[in-house]
Amino acid sequence: MSTTLTPVLTASWDRPDSFTIDGYGPYEAAKKALGMDPDAVIQAVKDSGLRGRGGAGFPTGMKWGFIPQGDGKPHYLVVNADESEPGTCKDIPLMMANPHSLIEGVIITSYAIRANHAFIYVRGEVLHVIRRLHAAVREAYEKGYLGTDVFGSGYDLELVVHSGAGAYICGEETALLDSLEGFRGQPRLKPPFPAVAGLYASPTVVNNVESVASVPSIIANGADWFASMGTEKSKGFGIFSLSGHVTRPGQYEAPLGITLAELLDMAGGIREGHRIKFWTPGGSSTPIFTDEHLDVPLDFEAVGAKGSMLGTRALQIFDETTCVVRTVLRWTEFYAHESCGKCTPCREGTYWLKQVLKRLEAGQGTEEDLSTITDIADNILGRSFCALGDGATSPIHSSVKYFREEYLKHFEVGGCPFDPKKSTLWGDR
Amino acid sequence: MSYAPEVRERLEKDAKEIIGRYPKARSALLPLLHLVQSEDGYVSDDGHEFCAEILGVSKAEVVGVSTFYTMYKRKPAGDYHVGVCINALCAVMGGDEIWEQLTEHTGIGHDETTPDGKVSLERLECNAACDFAPVMMVNWEFFDNQTPESAKQLVDDLRDGKDIRPTRGPKRLCSFKEASRVLAGLPDDQAGEGPSAAGASLEGLKVAKANGWKAPEA
Repeated sequence: MSTTLTPVLTASWDRPDSFTIDGYGPYEAAKKALGMDPDAVIQAVKDSGLRGRGGAGFPTGMKWGFIPQGDGKPHYLVVNADESEPGTCKDIPLMMANPHSLIEGVIITSYAIRANHAFIYVRGEVLHVIRRLHAAVREAYEKGYLGTDVFGSGYDLELVVHSGAGAYICGEETALLDSLEGFRGQPRLKPPFPAVAGLYASPTVVNNVESVASVPSIIANGADWFASMGTEKSKGFGIFSLSGHVTRPGQYEAPLGITLAELLDMAGGIREGHRIKFWTPGGSSTPIFTDEHLDVPLDFEAVGAKGSMLGTRALQIFDETTCVVRTVLRWTEFYAHESCGKCTPCREGTYWLKQVLKRLEAGQGTEEDLSTITDIADNILGRSFCALGDGATSPIHSSVKYFREEYLKHFEVGGCPFDPKKSTLWGDR
Repeated sequence: MSYAPEVRERLEKDAKEIIGRYPKARSALLPLLHLVQSEDGYVSDDGHEFCAEILGVSKAEVVGVSTFYTMYKRKPAGDYHVGVCINALCAVMGGDEIWEQLTEHTGIGHDETTPDGKVSLERLECNAACDFAPVMMVNWEFFDNQTPESAKQLVDDLRDGKDIRPTRGPKRLCSFKEASRVLAGLPDDQAGEGPSAAGASLEGLKVAKANGWKAPEA
């Protein structure tokens, strides 16, 4: 049987009051968790097989388990709501429509790791989402779900909504912590990892929005329920975000392991009269795939085995009207713009990649430029301070691998062989 | 120049409330920069000085932070700060053409403001609404599925003072300064307005419902 959708976090989004506590419900999972031993909560999340939904896929329960206990230091939970990876657009609608799933997850997670102070670090460029978060937190305080003596359990938790100010790098967890401490958002050397020395040098868990929001369902329905979905090592459900040249782009919540072919079936296929050319499985930092990869199960292992990464399940779809060189140039400009400048390979490498790609796209390059960009990328990958630099090399390496001929075509014809108007939303009208 | 006493008193009251939320005061710096931006429409010299004084750090430290983040403006933004996403997917879907036509139409470029002070423009990186491409933002509210025509109309309407409603957002579009105050952590009362979700956000749920698909029973 083919895979079907499994709405959990998205199930209430069509209710007009889904963002209120009345529309969400009375936080039964959090009440249940606070009646459990914190270690039993961590064990349940370990047993569920939940892996981080922010891109890296690290086992969530194991991350929680790294927090030292009885160390006498305050512990912190920081929710990474700085969703900015190109193509990624799941956490923002989730927090707009269902912020209480996140707050309930924050209560359970904080209790499990023995934190009494939690933060939601949300990117600043999403005003209405920020309003909804503030309103939901206020409602939770009013109900006694946050603050002192949560549910009369004796457990105290303060939750602060903190708005960022425009910097992709702050999605990197240690840069996020520096930013939350009031500094420029630049990554820290690891180790020590945040579990040992995170916010204010205290043990800290940094989790993605969707990871934390998935926790209440695991506590409510059991680890086995969650693990009954997905594949052997990639358990549970996740939101798959389809964008680009698709008939019905949008958010499709499905078990991990669903394929793009199946998702495209549900989304009405590629826009009429066109065919797929290339796509990202999980944002711009994940190497591109082509029409050869439509049946690759979208889980951490299978996507990895084919040379890419599941990332954030941000499926950006481009049809045959799209110039791959132009697309890669724009991603490269993004990485150059967002490079924090701390390390040389990323700061200088993305700058030079951008220059050479501009030349290539304008049809003024040579075949040697292709060696130059792959050589620069080789010198960034694995040598930069954080994953931003590594991410910048993904579109370069993968596009040269699959579309070398198209690069060559640009300087054969002395310009871009594509008409950009044809790729636009209105290009067919 | 520094803030008039009554302005300073008001800002100090807000600043103390914000600082009180954090275990360490310096964590309040980003919100405080949004706060002074809500006063001046950009992070002014006075704003930098205010943040430095209230947190007990040097002004150079504060400037070092504010210049790192793109949302802090170094000169006054328009009442309506208009962004066009030009990251790869939105650019391909039409963001490039929108940007081209909009800059020609308004006569201003990136990080510039119209002479009437109403509208400023910015080339935006991905704003996490890719399923609504091409995306524009006004004062950080969503304007989904834009075209060159709708973009030009939007800017004309903003300059004419017409009532504008974001695609997914509140009934009333607030000013750049008002938006900055929400970002400082001092929200207005508009959270309940607008849909829970709309358009592309609901496509998957619609398919699931039409087919009777659900997550397994517990």
